[in-house]
Amino acid sequence: MLEISGLGHAYGTHRVLEGIDLKVGEGELVTIVGPSGCGKSTLLRCIAGLVPPTEGKVVLKGAPIDGVPDDLAVVFQDYSRSLLPWLTVRDNVALPLRRRGLGKAERRAQAVKALASVGLEDAAGKYPWQLSGGMQQRVSIARALAYKPTLMLMDEPFGSVDAQTREDLEDLVLQVHRAEGMTILLVTHDIDESVYLGDRVVVLARNPGRVRDELPVTLPAGRDQIGTRADAEFVRLRAEVGRLVRGVVKDSEPPDATDAEDADAEAVATAVEEPAKK
Amino acid sequence: MTAATLTAGPARGARGGAAARVVRGVLHRLLPLVVLVACWEGATRASGSVFFPPPSKIVKRMREMWLSGPPSHLYFSAEAGDSIAPSLGRMALALVLSVIAGVVLGIALGRSERVLAYLQPLMQFARVIPPPTLVPVFIVLFKLGTEMQVASIVFSAIWPVLLNTADGARSVDPMQMATAEAFRFSAADRIRYVIIPASLPKIFAGLRLALSLSLILMVFSELLPGTSDGLGFELTNAQSQSDLPTIWSVIVLLGVLGYLFNTILLAVERRVLSWHRGARKADS
Ligand SMILES: Nc1ncnc2c1ncn2[C@@H]1O[C@H](COP(=O)(O)OP(=O)(O)O)[C@@H](O)[C@H]1O
Ligand SMILES: [Mg+2]
Repeated sequence: MLEISGLGHAYGTHRVLEGIDLKVGEGELVTIVGPSGCGKSTLLRCIAGLVPPTEGKVVLKGAPIDGVPDDLAVVFQDYSRSLLPWLTVRDNVALPLRRRGLGKAERRAQAVKALASVGLEDAAGKYPWQLSGGMQQRVSIARALAYKPTLMLMDEPFGSVDAQTREDLEDLVLQVHRAEGMTILLVTHDIDESVYLGDRVVVLARNPGRVRDELPVTLPAGRDQIGTRADAEFVRLRAEVGRLVRGVVKDSEPPDATDAEDADAEAVATAVEEPAKK
Repeated sequence: MTAATLTAGPARGARGGAAARVVRGVLHRLLPLVVLVACWEGATRASGSVFFPPPSKIVKRMREMWLSGPPSHLYFSAEAGDSIAPSLGRMALALVLSVIAGVVLGIALGRSERVLAYLQPLMQFARVIPPPTLVPVFIVLFKLGTEMQVASIVFSAIWPVLLNTADGARSVDPMQMATAEAFRFSAADRIRYVIIPASLPKIFAGLRLALSLSLILMVFSELLPGTSDGLGFELTNAQSQSDLPTIWSVIVLLGVLGYLFNTILLAVERRVLSWHRGARKADS
């Protein structure tokens, strides 16, 4: 469905991404994990067609991306600034549905339904700035869900929510993914989360951002927060992803010279493992 | 003091207390005005100058001139219809035109870097030309009367609206624009649901300036030859007959109108921009 080849991006002279190759199949849930500043958000913006890549190309359903493709939704990392403060929560969620040719009542009904799925039906009439950061983040997830895209890009979507809500939202994503057959690309810097959610985990390295490795997740599709996380396979995968994020390579591969020299790689990797607190 | 004793009695309970505070606040604010008018009344009566009629006389003249009509016309007299109505009509028309043109051009300018860069110096120049100096030009360009008057008002009132809108449209949060792009809002939806609301605080600031400028230009454009009605015309007319109470009546009326319009605009702004105050409070 999605094919990225030789993608590179530079902001001016600052090279952020280099030689990214990635294929995502129809209905796949791919998680992308990497230290902060490695270009995860930039990668998603290139895929969304919001930023034209300086090298390489992104092909979606056979057509090269030029501008934002149809039926794509983004959950931005900067969720609070992506909500419109002059609209109520419900209208923020309903606004993108205008292009779907639905009547106002229908749009609002769908918005309220999506808000209910993230546990925010009571906040529908409030304004975004009346909500906590975690609630705002859920509104922006609800907005993407109500839009019913075929490809959903999520940029650290659970960074500001509390642990319990986070687990609920992770399960919501899994459920939507299964029920709607949606293709999902989810960026996270939480290693556990990348393994728990993904059909496949893509680990990025930084300076410049590139794919260090990909790892198929060999866990059964039906996952649950307690059982799956205790699974021996989950523990093994988590350790493996953790090593990759830290820059430790598999035994079979030659060591990566740039990483060995990267003095603060260890420090970064440690930071990556800590749950995000914004 | 009087205010306090007046309202101290019923001020019981939270609601009564709040209401009393509001009443007290209004009375306190009106007090200086009342004192001033009373002093003026005393001073002008004592001096007996024909140039400074006492306020009571001005008010009486205002009533005779404008509020002596039949109840079916809400007591407005025929003269009010001849002087106040055309003035306000022209001002309203000019203000509406200024806002429409100013917002449309402002958005076009604000969202297009290149156009803005080209036109910015020109506009800054045009803006600082004192509008009254252009009125003679408009007299030549447009038909005397309403057309010329409206053009004069528009030329001065459009600038604050245009420049503020351009500024607001240019500084829309890039994240909000990215969101509109990601969800593929149509161009019309982007303008209607993102750019205009985001610019609204700036637009209102421009509107307040435009309002006071249009009141000034309204009177000024009516002082010129070729005018046959309006408050400015009444002013020149009264001046030629040395009718000082009428002159003062027009002046007082203009003050009252300016105050009234500004109050109405502020009330509208408070309503329309309640999200803005809320969001700002939440930020800090
Ligand atoms: N608009 C931009 N202009 C210039 N540099 C940017 C911009 N956005 C991001 N960067 C830089 O690109 C690098 C990668 O950023 P980003 O993609 O946000 O990484 P991540 O999401 O992995 O934290 C960072 O060093 C950041 O400073
Ligand atoms: Mg990021």
